[in-house]
Amino acid sequence: MNGPYSETVMEHFMNPRNVGEIENADGVGTVGNPACGDIMQMFIKVKNDVIIDAKFKTFGCGAAIASSSMATELIKGKSIKDALRVTNSEVTKALGGLPKVKRHCSVLAEQALQSALDDYYKKKGIPSRIKLKSEEEMHQE
Amino acid sequence: MQKLINFDHASATRPLPEVVESMKPYMDELFGNPSSMHSEGQKVKQAIDEAREQVARLINASPEEIVFTASGSESNNFVLKGVAFANRKKGDHIIVSAIEHFSVLQAAKTLEKLGYAVTQIPVDKDGLVNPDDVKKAITDKTILVSIMHANHEIGTIEPITDIVKIVKEKGILVHSDGVQTVGTIAVDVKKLDVDFMSFAAQPFYGPKGVAALYIKKGSRINPLIDGGIQEGGRRAGTENVMGIVGMGKAAEIAAKDMDKRVAHTRSLRDKLIHSLEEKIDHVHLHGHRELRLPNNVNFGFEYIEGESILLFLGMDHILASSGSACTSKALKASHVLLAIGVSHAIANGTILFTPGIDNTEADVELLSEKLPPIVERLRAMSPLYHK
Repeated sequence: MNGPYSETVMEHFMNPRNVGEIENADGVGTVGNPACGDIMQMFIKVKNDVIIDAKFKTFGCGAAIASSSMATELIKGKSIKDALRVTNSEVTKALGGLPKVKRHCSVLAEQALQSALDDYYKKKGIPSRIKLKSEEEMHQE
Repeated sequence: MQKLINFDHASATRPLPEVVESMKPYMDELFGNPSSMHSEGQKVKQAIDEAREQVARLINASPEEIVFTASGSESNNFVLKGVAFANRKKGDHIIVSAIEHFSVLQAAKTLEKLGYAVTQIPVDKDGLVNPDDVKKAITDKTILVSIMHANHEIGTIEPITDIVKIVKEKGILVHSDGVQTVGTIAVDVKKLDVDFMSFAAQPFYGPKGVAALYIKKGSRINPLIDGGIQEGGRRAGTENVMGIVGMGKAAEIAAKDMDKRVAHTRSLRDKLIHSLEEKIDHVHLHGHRELRLPNNVNFGFEYIEGESILLFLGMDHILASSGSACTSKALKASHVLLAIGVSHAIANGTILFTPGIDNTEADVELLSEKLPPIVERLRAMSPLYHK
């Protein structure tokens, strides 16, 4: 049963990549809240400006779990600069599309990543230019 | 193909074979319009008359007190708007509970926009309306009290007779939404003493798209659909003959099998509640434990989200539904769960199982075996869960 989802979404939902936490992560980002039904937490490990590991924990629907899984896959091995450019549409595209009402799940994944990168900058003492979206903005996308 | 296990009878039941058979001639050779004077029309009129008797018998009403409609939602709209419009000179105040079906709450909202006043009665943590709260809400402008017989999500059966007693003392009309009870448990409108009751064919293994409103003789109500004189002038439009015939057949069987059905689903319900509470921790049964529909099991699973659970159950061909925001088109958590004080997080992790006559003990065992590892797997992924 796929429900409203593509094969790729279901595959990532059933076998999510990179589930878990990273101890002493270089960046941790948490977005969402229980009222909207999704909470995403992303952990990154950085070496020489490259994301060498990424993990996630998600409370949410099939699309939220698959988006988290795909987002961590997309950023692993990327430089910080390139990871900053990963967008929700890239996550959606890699998943073979998401139902319209579930697009905000990919935005949540993008924002969890941005939040983790923001945290990374803060820990490093680098001024961060990242502006996180509000709950409302995330649902509008 | 693997057997489909339907624990989502609240969404859809499979119509009984006898029901399907009874409907077939009316999509083919018995095509007459029941309003026609000629023989073809009269044959069909007879079939509708018979269905009206069968449906009336199910709730101990007279046939002329039954108006066929297209859905429980239509019946609810019909009664709220029809009573409000017909009794405008008497008053403009309507009382409903906070956990009514959307078709009652939205109809009430429309009436508010037209200048009527609506009071929503809160419920306690089990979903029960306190009859005293109804009493306090009544004003000299109150024209209708509409409290559901049992809730569609949490299965709580409301103290309708106590509420009716209070409301009747004041000479006010009472409606009860019986979509979840009629055909599911024994319902006698004379004993309940309600003036109106909505119910649909679908929950008792009848077809979709057909329902009815019980209107006690002499109750003032305007039609929702104006036009011809079908249904005694109370609902215009050529009848859904096939659906009405099917509803009649389903009602006849429901009346005959009632005790057997209640005993069967109740035993499956209790077995499922017991085994899930035993096997999974951090679960909450929503709704009243005793004053509960025999076919309702509603659990909140902490730390995880409902749609994910449904997707995994779907892999095992098990159907259920959820109170989660993610499964609703409006992306909002169930208003019923929030009204009984359930947190957003748990409301979003709520699953509704509604067993039916086609379920077996083996189905319950399979579900009790499949569900715990799903819950465990999702909790392992959840940022809210810490072992």
